[in-house]
Amino acid sequence: MQKLLLSGLTGMIFGLGIAISGMANPAKVLNFFDVAGSWDPSLIFVMGGALITTAIGYVLVFGARKKPVFDAEFHLPINRTIDARLIGGSAIFGIGWGIAGFCPGGAIPALGFGGLDVIAFVGAMIIGIVLARSLDGLRHKPAKAF
Amino acid sequence: METEFTPWMSLTGGILIGLSAILLMAFNGRIAGMTGILTGIIPPISTDWAWRIAFLAGAVIGPMVFLAAGGAIPYAVPVSLPLLALGGLIVGVGVYYGAGCTSGHGVCGMARLSPRSIAATITFMIFTGLTVYVVRHIAGI
Repeated sequence: MQKLLLSGLTGMIFGLGIAISGMANPAKVLNFFDVAGSWDPSLIFVMGGALITTAIGYVLVFGARKKPVFDAEFHLPINRTIDARLIGGSAIFGIGWGIAGFCPGGAIPALGFGGLDVIAFVGAMIIGIVLARSLDGLRHKPAKAF
Repeated sequence: METEFTPWMSLTGGILIGLSAILLMAFNGRIAGMTGILTGIIPPISTDWAWRIAFLAGAVIGPMVFLAAGGAIPYAVPVSLPLLALGGLIVGVGVYYGAGCTSGHGVCGMARLSPRSIAATITFMIFTGLTVYVVRHIAGI
């Protein structure tokens, strides 16, 4: 129960942060990447702020504790290989993000205040994940959720 | 479409995202990556689906509470519905194979100095930039 409340609370902080930062606003996201056009550098501050805060926080957390407060272990990815799957997938993600202006972390909070536009994006994104997972499953066991 | 440069709001939002990532790791031992959290509730559903639903619900409710309290969230979608759906489909395939997105790789993974996340983030930032250039300045959409 504590775990669920904590998840809900951190989800709320995440969604609020995303919403006020501009990451859930496709016009702003696309302008960040449009250096040759209507450039808006705001997203440097989102990513910089989030990254520096998290990096400092993680060092403190991992330094102070052997395990998290409500769980037996830190669930960290163990895969260390940089392969074609990682780079190809990331390149494909970039193409989709550049077309739509929504990334997954931006789109979910936007469901709280957006309209049909973000619903269409999220619906299609879920179909994309299902499709990729099915194709992947034809070859080998699907990747475990992390 | 021009958007207003908002360094302070964006920095505040970024720090909140970081705070969320720190709390989720410190208390539940989990990475605050939207792709990973979401993939676990898409069939075949992960056995630990409950905390994922709680996080996702919180992420939707958080901005709603802010709006209800009188806050403003600038929001504009300069993309047509068919392109949003196309982009969504491509994003879904990409984040599945790439095993992460802006939150998981770009924030949490980079903060841990994970070589995979650094490589993934550099890759998607380059491809997003190239795509925006092609869409806006070559295709002229």
